[in-house]
Formats: sequence, C-alpha cells, structure tokens
Amino acid sequence: MTEPLLTARNLVKRYGRVTALDHADFDLYPGEILAVIGDNGAGKSSLIKAISGAVQPDEGEIRLDGKPVSFASPLDARKAGIETVYQTLALSPALSISDNMFMGREIRKEGIMGQWFGMLDKAKMDRFAREKLTELGLMTIQNIGQPVETLSGGQRQGVAVARAAAFGSRVIILDEPTAALGVKESRRVLDLILDVRSRGIPIVLISHNMPHVFEVADRVHIHRLGKRLAVIDPKEHSMSDAVAYMTGAKVPEGVAA
Amino acid sequence: MSDTPDPVVERDRSEAVASFEHHARGPLDRLQHFLHRYPTMVPVIVLVLSLIAFGLIAPNFFSAFNLSLIMQQVAVVGTLAAAQSLVILTAGIDLSVGAVMVMISVIMGRLSIEFGVPVPLAILIGLGCGLMTGGLNGFLVTRLKLPPFITTLGTWNIFLALNYYLSGRETIRSQTLDAEAPLLKLFGERFNLGGAVLTWGVVLMLVVFAVLWYALNKTAWGRRVYAVGDDPESAALAGIQTNRILMSVYMVAGFICALAAWSSIGRVGSVSPTSFFESNLESITAVVIGGISLFGGRGSILGPLIGAIIVGVFNSGLRLAGVDVLWQLFATGWLIIVAVAVDQWIRKISS
Ligand SMILES: Nc1ncnc2c1ncn2[C@@H]1O[C@H](COP(=O)(O)OP(=O)(O)OP(=O)(O)O)[C@@H](O)[C@H]1O
Ligand SMILES: [Mg+2]
Repeated sequence: MTEPLLTARNLVKRYGRVTALDHADFDLYPGEILAVIGDNGAGKSSLIKAISGAVQPDEGEIRLDGKPVSFASPLDARKAGIETVYQTLALSPALSISDNMFMGREIRKEGIMGQWFGMLDKAKMDRFAREKLTELGLMTIQNIGQPVETLSGGQRQGVAVARAAAFGSRVIILDEPTAALGVKESRRVLDLILDVRSRGIPIVLISHNMPHVFEVADRVHIHRLGKRLAVIDPKEHSMSDAVAYMTGAKVPEGVAA
Repeated sequence: MSDTPDPVVERDRSEAVASFEHHARGPLDRLQHFLHRYPTMVPVIVLVLSLIAFGLIAPNFFSAFNLSLIMQQVAVVGTLAAAQSLVILTAGIDLSVGAVMVMISVIMGRLSIEFGVPVPLAILIGLGCGLMTGGLNGFLVTRLKLPPFITTLGTWNIFLALNYYLSGRETIRSQTLDAEAPLLKLFGERFNLGGAVLTWGVVLMLVVFAVLWYALNKTAWGRRVYAVGDDPESAALAGIQTNRILMSVYMVAGFICALAAWSSIGRVGSVSPTSFFESNLESITAVVIGGISLFGGRGSILGPLIGAIIVGVFNSGLRLAGVDVLWQLFATGWLIIVAVAVDQWIRKISS
C-alpha cells in the first residue's frame, strides 16, 4: 500500500472553551480526491486551517512525506506546495484580480528595473491571470484590472480557486469552493478538480453538496464533533448513509458507538 | 517590454465593460463608480474649483509669486503628509509624526552646534533616529498588538518630552546656523524656475511623493501594503507577512519625518522645540482631504499631495481676499467632513 502524502494525528485546537478539534486524525494519499464532510461547526475548516498553517494546533502532529512539519504561517505551507482556498476566500477586495492572484509571489520585470528597482511585470502577470480564469470558464471577468470587490460572489470564488489551482504543486485544499457558484460554474470547478487530479496532485474538498462529493471523491472523510469519525468509500455507501453518519443518526460499521 | 496595446486585451476589455454596463445607471451612480475607480479625482476637482474661485475673488492670487509661495508653505506639512499616508493606508494612524519631526530637527541642530559633530554626520544620525522612532511605533503595533492610535498617542508625548529635554527648551538661532551649519538650512534655499521662486524643500516634497508613488504602484511591497490595509486577515492567509509589512511602513514613515525635519529647519530658518505644533493634525487633514480612506487600503498617494496644496490654497486665497483667519479653520473643517463623507459614499459600492 502507498504511503500517505499528508497526515495529521491527534490534532487539538481550542478557542477558549470551545474545542474546535478534539484529537482529530487525517490522511491524504497521493493523487486522490478526499472529500471532508460534516455538520456546521464540526471543525472541518479548523482542520484544514491547522494543516495549511493558518492556525497552529495546540497538540498533535502533522507530517508531509512522512516528515514532521510545523507551519508557522500559510506562507510556510505554500512554500511546501500546499495551496488553500479558504472559506473566506482570502482576497483583498480593493485590489485587482491579477494583484490578488499573485499576492505574495509577484513577478518582477527582467533586467535592471526589476532587479534593482523591484518593478513588477504587470503585463506578464495579467496575461497569466487571464489564462487561468479562461481555463475556469470565467469569461465575463476578462478585465483583469478590475477590483475584486466589483465581482459577484461566484466570480470571486472562481478567482480564489484559479489562484490555488495555478500554484498548488503538492496539495490543493478547497474549503467549500462551490458554495456560491451557479450550476454551470460549479461544473467547471468540479472539472478543474478532476483535471488537477489527473496531473497527479491530490485534493482535499470540503463540501456540503453530497452529489458533488459523491461524484468526484475517491474517499470521504466524515468529521463529527471535532474529530474524524470514519473514512468511507463513496462507491460502497449511499448519500443518505453519509448524511446519517455525519449527523449521528447512524454509526458506520467498525466505529464504537 | 510589452506596453503596446494588445488587440486581444482591448477587445476583451470592451467585452467586459459591455457585460457589466447593461443595467442602466443614473448620473449619480456613474459618478460613484467613476470616483471609486479614480479616488484622486475628488481632491483634483476640489483643487480646480478652489483655484477658480480664489482666482476670481482674491486679487493677485494667480501670480507666479503667490502660487510658488503656497508651495513653499505646504512643503513641510506635505512631506509629513506623505509619511502619514503610508500609515493610514495600513488602516493605522500616526499621531507622532509632528513630534518626531521637531525632535529630530533638534537632534540635528544640537549635534551640529553644541557637540561639534560634522553637519553631514549629524544629519545622518538624525535620519537614523527617524528610522528608530518608526521602528519603535512599528514594534509596539506589531509585537505588542497595540492599536496604532493609542501607540502613537503615547509616543507623541514621549517624543515631545524628549524634544524638550534634548533642546533644553532653547532655540538655535538663524545666525548661528548660517555661521556653523548652513547645510541644515539647505531646503530653505530658493531658486528661480520661470518666474516662480521655489525652495529645495518643495523639490524634496515632490521627490518623496514620486518615490512613494513608484513604490506603492510598481513594486510588490506596495501591493502588499495595500493588501494589509485592505484586509489584514486575508493578506495573511494569502501568504503575506503582515507584521513585516507594517514594520517597514512605520520605519519608512519615520524616515520621511526625519527628512521633513531637515526641510523644516530651512523653512523656519532656526531650530525651535516649539515649532510646528499643529503639524500632526495638519498632516492627517491633508491625507483625509486627499481621499485616502481612514479604513485603510484605498486611495492614491498623490491625493495627500493635492490635499496639502488645497489647504495651502484656501489659506492663501482667504488671506488675500482679506478674510479673517478664523474662516480658514472653518473652511478646512468642512473640507475634512466632506472628504470623509465622500469616502464613505464611494466605499458603499462594494456592499
Ligand atoms: N477563530 C475562532 N474563534 C472562536 N471559535 C472558533 C474560531 N474558529 C472556529 N471556532 C469554533 O470552532 C468550531 C468549529 O468551527 P469550524 O469553522 O472548523 O467548523 P466547520 O466544520 O468548518 O463548519 P462550517 O460547515 O459551518 O464551515 C465552531 O464551534 C466554531 O464556533
Ligand atoms: Mg467551515
């Protein structure tokens, strides 16, 4: 059996008296699409924030390629090739689409102006950003200099997803990437997810949309009350089973009640 | 370089515009969108209108002499406003800029005159102290997580006290400076430019704004400053080291205050621990009138330059028209309120 690419063991994260993560485990295998499902407040976002360096767990261990890692910030995780679309999207509303896509990894001009005066190569960044958005089918936002705040909610989500897909080299994490999207745009994101997997990059997909989850996921991680309850194979369980497990109405086989 | 218009881009842009313009907008709506896109147009319009108005009512307002005098008068506060803008762009505020400036002018003066330090070295030490004052503010804001308003309210008092201590409450007179440290008065030197008499202090102010414009618009640092001011949490999640950016902003602001200190010695001609007492609030006034949002992340650095000039134009115009000084304050007050109201209105677009 292949070794997992990214694992977490016994993660604990407390916010005051709220325990968001209560000894949670997590495994992501190379080249797979892992869906994470669970009720509101189950701790899904907290789990991926811990993995992506956005919060530091109080206890527990995270390993990448079998080696322990501790990400002090999202920048560290990004340097390790882990790219995340957060539920809040993490876009700067007043800045342009292109500025947002390259935030923190801007491209400088070649030659003296770039090297000595730090001048950005806007033309190059705009071209790249436009390409990535076109791949996602977001044709309506070809004006790459437009501030993000003038986009619709779905378009913003598209920009955040395009950013992650463009730069993720080891793992891409998507926290409810289709929540604000229409049918057509959701389709595009699902296709993009399948496309990313075909490039060999594993994906973590958090979603409340069961048809989406069951369509694309290779495995489904069920999160409940701050911990991993079980991992199921979507081909062997029905959607109503999955919903019953995550709400506690039913207990999956092999889990102590 | 690929700055030549790309036919594909042009076509795409017009498409995008077309797809967003289909719902008809009223003129007010269009104005709101226009100002949202070009926030600097607010102060530009105010400046043009006030120039026309004072040109009509105040005799001799439009002489080269008077216009260059306005520039000389706004040079020091304008330079301070450049420092203030940087901090306000990060959704902070720096109440200590005026005190830092006066304290550093005292440091430069005392080192040169009382301690016999070579004048260029005294100036370098002063500039270094500027960086350090910014570093202190930045440290308190980023490490101790104190709100910028409170932090700089505190350091304002501290620097003011140090200023009195270092100066011994004494003024270094103009003649002394002329004899022993003329370099300190460099930015007060005048030169003729096609009938207008400008000082090097005016040039310094313009250069500071030009450099900041470049840094904010053309470099990664500038984009990050805007991102941190706009939404610090998003910026951090997007991989920006927000504390580093904030620290650099406060330090650059401190450095610019030190430049303003050097410039201020030339402007007043002497080194006085009690000069420029109102320059803190005047710098904030210029920034706000210049259309930089106090909520951070929005506005162009060129706005505060225009904002400072607007205040100078009002003061000069009202004086030439023979109006009591109190009306200058009155007018400035309304300008501030209108500027903030317009900013709020423009920002509504995003919701
Ligand atoms: N920054 C925070 N401060 C305090 N409590 C928090 C914070 N972040 C999360 N929590 C709490 O931790 C728990 C888990 O939240 P989390 O956002 O991880 O849930 P989730 O599974 O992503 O839910 P949803 O499906 O609604 O996105 C909740 O009870 C939440 O209130
Ligand atoms: Mg969540």
